[in-house]
Amino acid sequence: MDKNFAARRRRDLIVAAVLAVLAALAPLFVKNVYIQNILVLTLMYAALSQSWNILSGYCGQISLGHALYFGIGAYTTELLFTKFGVLPWFGMLAGGGIAALIAMGLGYPFFRLRGHYFVIATIVIAEIGLLLFQNWDWAGAAMGITIPVRGDSWLKFQFMRSKLPYFYFALALCCLAWFVTWWLEDSKWGFWWRAVKDNPEAAESLGVVVFNSKMGAAAVSAFLVAVGGAFYAQFLAYIDPESVMGFQFSLLMALPAVLGGIGTLWGPVLGAAILIPMTELTRSYIGGSGRGVDLIVYGTLIVLISLALPQGLVSLFSRSKAKGATR
Amino acid sequence: MTVETIVQSLASGLLMGLLYGLIAVGLALIFGLMDVTNFAHGEFLMIAMYASFFLFTFFAIDPLLSAPLVAAALFVFGAIVYLLIVRFAMRAKANAGMVQIFSTFGLAIVMRGLAQLFFTPDYRSIPQSWLGGKTVSIAGIFLPEPQLVGALVSIAAFVGLYFFIHRTDFGRALEATREDPGAVALVGIDKNRVFAFGWGLGAALVGLAGAIMAVFFYIYPDVGASFALIAYVTVALGGFGSVFGAFAGGIIVGLVEAVTALMLPPSLKSVGIYAVYLLVVFIRPRGLFGSM
Repeated sequence: MDKNFAARRRRDLIVAAVLAVLAALAPLFVKNVYIQNILVLTLMYAALSQSWNILSGYCGQISLGHALYFGIGAYTTELLFTKFGVLPWFGMLAGGGIAALIAMGLGYPFFRLRGHYFVIATIVIAEIGLLLFQNWDWAGAAMGITIPVRGDSWLKFQFMRSKLPYFYFALALCCLAWFVTWWLEDSKWGFWWRAVKDNPEAAESLGVVVFNSKMGAAAVSAFLVAVGGAFYAQFLAYIDPESVMGFQFSLLMALPAVLGGIGTLWGPVLGAAILIPMTELTRSYIGGSGRGVDLIVYGTLIVLISLALPQGLVSLFSRSKAKGATR
Repeated sequence: MTVETIVQSLASGLLMGLLYGLIAVGLALIFGLMDVTNFAHGEFLMIAMYASFFLFTFFAIDPLLSAPLVAAALFVFGAIVYLLIVRFAMRAKANAGMVQIFSTFGLAIVMRGLAQLFFTPDYRSIPQSWLGGKTVSIAGIFLPEPQLVGALVSIAAFVGLYFFIHRTDFGRALEATREDPGAVALVGIDKNRVFAFGWGLGAALVGLAGAIMAVFFYIYPDVGASFALIAYVTVALGGFGSVFGAFAGGIIVGLVEAVTALMLPPSLKSVGIYAVYLLVVFIRPRGLFGSM
C-alpha cells in the first residue's frame, strides 16, 4: 500500500509536469482569441476548484460561499490599485492574506456547525459580503470599479495587446493550486482531513488537532481563491459586487470538483477541462438568443453526471472504487 | 419613527413571515422525512407563480380560486421529481450529500432555463385580481388583503399539515418511515410511495405559497432564487427536520426583516435575517427547535 502510494504520487507529479508543458505550448497552435479566452477561464476555474476542493473535498467542510474570498481578492487588489496606486501583485498577496484571515476568523464559529447548517452559513456569509459591498460607496457600491489602463506590462499586470500573459498566469496559478494539493495530500494535514471527513466524531476525539487542520484547510483554500479573484479582476478590467462575489462563483468553483471527483487530486482539473469549455460553448452557440437552452443543457448534464457518477469522472479511471472515495 | 410606523411594519412583517413559514414548511417536511434538502425549492415556487399567472391570463381564474389547482399540480410535480431524480440520488453510497445538492441544483438550473425558454425573461404580474391592491384597516393599521389572505391560508395549511401528520394513517406512515425506513418495509409500507407522497406534499405547500404570492410579486424565471435562500435560512433557524420550527422560523424571519427595514436602507433588509441566523446557530448549532 505504502509503496503503491509513493509510486502513484510520483506518477501524478510526472503526469502533471507533462500536462503543464503541453498546456504551455498550446498557444503556439491556438491563435483564435475566443478560444484563448476559454482556455484562460478553464485554467482559472481549475485553479479555483482545486483550491475549493482542499477545504470542501479533502476536509469535507462543504462551502458554497467561496465567492466571498474570490470577491475579497478582487476588491482588495483593485481598491489598493485605484485608490493608492499599489501594484496588483501586492494587492493580490494582501487580498489572499485578508481572505485567509477572514476564513480563519469565520472558522471559529463555523466549524462547530454540521452538515446543512454549515453549508447554509457559508452561503449566508457570502451573501452578507455581497450586500455590504453593494452598499459601500467608497468601493463603488453596486456600480463597481473600472480599472484604469496604466500600461501593458507584467509589472502593472495589465495586458492590452494579447491574452497570452493572462493565459500563462492562469496556468501558473493552476499548477500552484495543484501542487499545493499534491503536497498537502501526503502531509499530516492531509491525513487529518481524511479522518475529519470520514468520521468527524472519531476525529473530534483527537480534539484541537482536528480544529487546527480545518483552520489550515480554510486558510489555504481562501488564500488561493482570493489570488484567483485578483487575477480575474485584472483580466476583466472591471468589477462590481455581483460579477465577483455573486453566488454563481461559489457554484462554478464547486462544480468542476464535483463533476470530476470531489476530494481527488485530478477531479477539479478534469471537471474544469470538460465543464468550462462546455459552458462557454453552449452559451455562445445556443445561449445567444437568451432563451435559456444553454441552462437546460448544462443543468441536465449536472443532474445526469451527479446521479450516474457520484464519485465523479475520475472514478472512471481508478481501478478500485474505494480509492476514488477518499482520494 | 412613530409607534404607528413600528406597529405597522411589525404587522406587515408578521404577514410576510407567515408566508415565509409556508414556503419553508414543505422544505422542512422533506428534510425531516428523508434528510434531503431540495435545492430546487425556489424553482418550485417559481413554477407555481407562473401556473397561477397563466390560469389567470388564459382562463380568467382568480389566483384565490386556482390556488388549490396549483397546489395539486405541484403535488404531482413533486412526486415525479422524487421518482425521477431524488430516488436515485438517495442511492448514492459515496458523496451522498453532494449528489443530493447537485442533482436538485441541476434541476433548478433546468427549470430556470425552461422558464426562460417558454415564458421569456420578462417580468409579469397579475393585474386586477380580486384581492390585488386592496387593503383592510384594523385598529388604524393598514394590511394589504393579498398578504392577509396569504397569512390565513398559511395558518390553515400549517394546522392541516399538523393534523395530517399526527392524526391520519398516512401521516403515521410518514412518521414511521422517517423513524426507520427499513422496519416499515416489514409491515408492508412501500418506502418509495411514502417518500413520493412526502415530496408531493412538500411541493403542494410551496405551490400554495406561490399561487398566493403571484398576486403581489413580479413573476420571472429567477424569482425563486431570492426566496430560496430565505427558505433555507428559515428552515435552519427553526432546526432542520422540525415542521413546527420552520413555521416559527418563518414568523421570526418576517419580523426581523421588518425591523431591519426600519433601521437600514431597504437594500440591506436581508442582512438582519442572515445575522439572526448566524447568531442563532452559533448559540444553538441545531437551530431553535432542532432535535439531536
